[in-house]
Amino acid sequence: MSTVSERREAVRSQPPARYERMVEIRIFEDRVKQLFAEGLVRGTTHTAQGQEAVALGVASVLEPSDYVSCTYRGHHHALALGLTPETVMAEIMGRSAGSMNGLGGSMHLSDPAMGLLPTMAIVGAGIPIAAGAALTAQVQESGAVAVGLFGDGAANIGAFHEGLNLASVWKLPVVFICENNLYGEYTPIAVSTAVTDIASRAASYDMPGVVVDGQDLDTVIGEIETAVTRARAGEGPTLLEMKTYRYSGHSRADLATYRPDGELEQWEQRDPIQIYEDKLVEQGLMQPGDGADLHELYRAKIDEIATGLIDAPAPEPSDMFRNIYA
Amino acid sequence: MAKLRTRQAISAAIRDEMLRDPNVVLLGEDVGDAAGVFKTSEGLLEEFGPTRVRDTPISEMGFLGAAVGAAATGLRPIVEIMFIEFLGVALDQLVTEAAKLHYLSGGGYKVPLVVRASAGAGLGFGAQHSQSFENWMFGAPGLKLAVVSGPRTAYGLLRAAVADDNPVVILEPRVLYADREEVETGGSGILQLGKAERLAEGDDVTIVALGSMTKVARVAAEAGRWSADVIDLLSLIPWDRQTVLDSVRKTGRLVIVEESPYTGGWGTEIASYVAAEAFGGLKAPITRISCPDVPVPFAEDLERRFLPSPEYVVAQVTELLETGKKPQPWWVQEGLA
Repeated sequence: MSTVSERREAVRSQPPARYERMVEIRIFEDRVKQLFAEGLVRGTTHTAQGQEAVALGVASVLEPSDYVSCTYRGHHHALALGLTPETVMAEIMGRSAGSMNGLGGSMHLSDPAMGLLPTMAIVGAGIPIAAGAALTAQVQESGAVAVGLFGDGAANIGAFHEGLNLASVWKLPVVFICENNLYGEYTPIAVSTAVTDIASRAASYDMPGVVVDGQDLDTVIGEIETAVTRARAGEGPTLLEMKTYRYSGHSRADLATYRPDGELEQWEQRDPIQIYEDKLVEQGLMQPGDGADLHELYRAKIDEIATGLIDAPAPEPSDMFRNIYA
Repeated sequence: MAKLRTRQAISAAIRDEMLRDPNVVLLGEDVGDAAGVFKTSEGLLEEFGPTRVRDTPISEMGFLGAAVGAAATGLRPIVEIMFIEFLGVALDQLVTEAAKLHYLSGGGYKVPLVVRASAGAGLGFGAQHSQSFENWMFGAPGLKLAVVSGPRTAYGLLRAAVADDNPVVILEPRVLYADREEVETGGSGILQLGKAERLAEGDDVTIVALGSMTKVARVAAEAGRWSADVIDLLSLIPWDRQTVLDSVRKTGRLVIVEESPYTGGWGTEIASYVAAEAFGGLKAPITRISCPDVPVPFAEDLERRFLPSPEYVVAQVTELLETGKKPQPWWVQEGLA
């Protein structure tokens, strides 16, 4: 098992590793969904099949010393940033081997070494927190940047407005990334949001706002690089809107019956993994057939992890009394 | 030692912490140029500059949230919430984010955050700027909460809070900002969070008070024809169970004086604990002296009536001692509620 920092370094430096990680995330998320459907895991979960390129974009551009604040739909970010599928799966399953000893669950992942702040299960809460991490970088002149990830649903909560305004007036080194997957829980964006492009709201905060094809990893990386460079140079925040799509429903229980016929299939035609595979093959960095082999490899690997965890030990009662106060 | 007003003691504590640690920053509405609407940050912008002393937009959720993120990543922010009521729009960041980040990172992140807020009645600010709301912080493990009772405790508690690695809320009764007393500054003036102080010693009754009611209780104890242990609780989360319990085991009677509505006031927690732990040793019912369950009235006479006064505390304690029964609050005695 490679270490967390090796996993991170791999996606930062090697395009094929980015592809491989997206495959890992896709298969991981499918397996998580299945575990919940089988009743083997309790509570709820929010998977991100279809949004893998956004996660790899962030993990590829940022340094481990930068900060990331993301949401309860965060498995893809945690895995992209380097957390291992073993510890993330164990956490989701409430096992003591989890990244938080099973005390957090699917919605709560974290790793200070990779700059991953605890994922937030309150819509919008992570936006001002990302601004605050950027404030630390600014005050300490550390050169670090913060990325605040949130969904399109969060663009309507007060924390979005307050966080973006504050970041702009203080010129904080932060990049706000909206993963616009077109649905806030069960509600399509057009019903809840006055604008089609969340990025257009950047004008209110006097910061650049960019609509990005969130399914094309190279485009995602390019836009994040531009925004991060701007932030590191002290020029202030950027709002990036990644147009993407959530293949699954909002959460475990949501079968997404509200989606118009054909919408999912249309988005699957622009699958981020396939798009990247085609590019790597074209560039000679992958051979045709490598992709299918990798999928097979990860299906076996993730299955082995999940199966192995079914009878893994739960945390001890004493664990719930730890880490409440520092 | 210096004779300071509460607001000056607060400025002094912030200054001393900013001198001690370059990661201490002050954020809040009008804390910079204006030095705070209650003048609790005088001279700080001039001394430490706008990077560390920041005027914020009027957006508590935004700047308190930013302080949470900053605290988790290496700063030690002090956030001023001008009126405790304004914390309402940012409560999520305090009770669900700040209080949980250490736990939700398996101990990986610490949140050394201080939230200061003015609180309480007595200045004619009306129903939306005179509340206390200590009880907002109950039921959110991960937070600490302390309440200032004058210049000396303002200095001592604030310095302890900034040095603490957890989110700490410090409530500052507005009515005390102009009070003046000798304050020992420097390291020896730092108080311990979670520790109560016994301000007077007596045998007949234990009076537990907090914040602005500490002075009321002390004046009452001096005027009463009985002798009382007067305890300034100072911290509510955690609260000093041992000091209170030891005193009640000695006196056999407990009176709690609260500046908050009766229902759900912080005294309920103290009363239920002591009732259970010292049951056999109680000579009289535990008595809570509080405000009535009404919004804080504006008219001066009514606001004065709303708050427990020393005379009222004397009357209530005297009746308890003479009858052995819990006295009715004034609004019940007068048939008003």
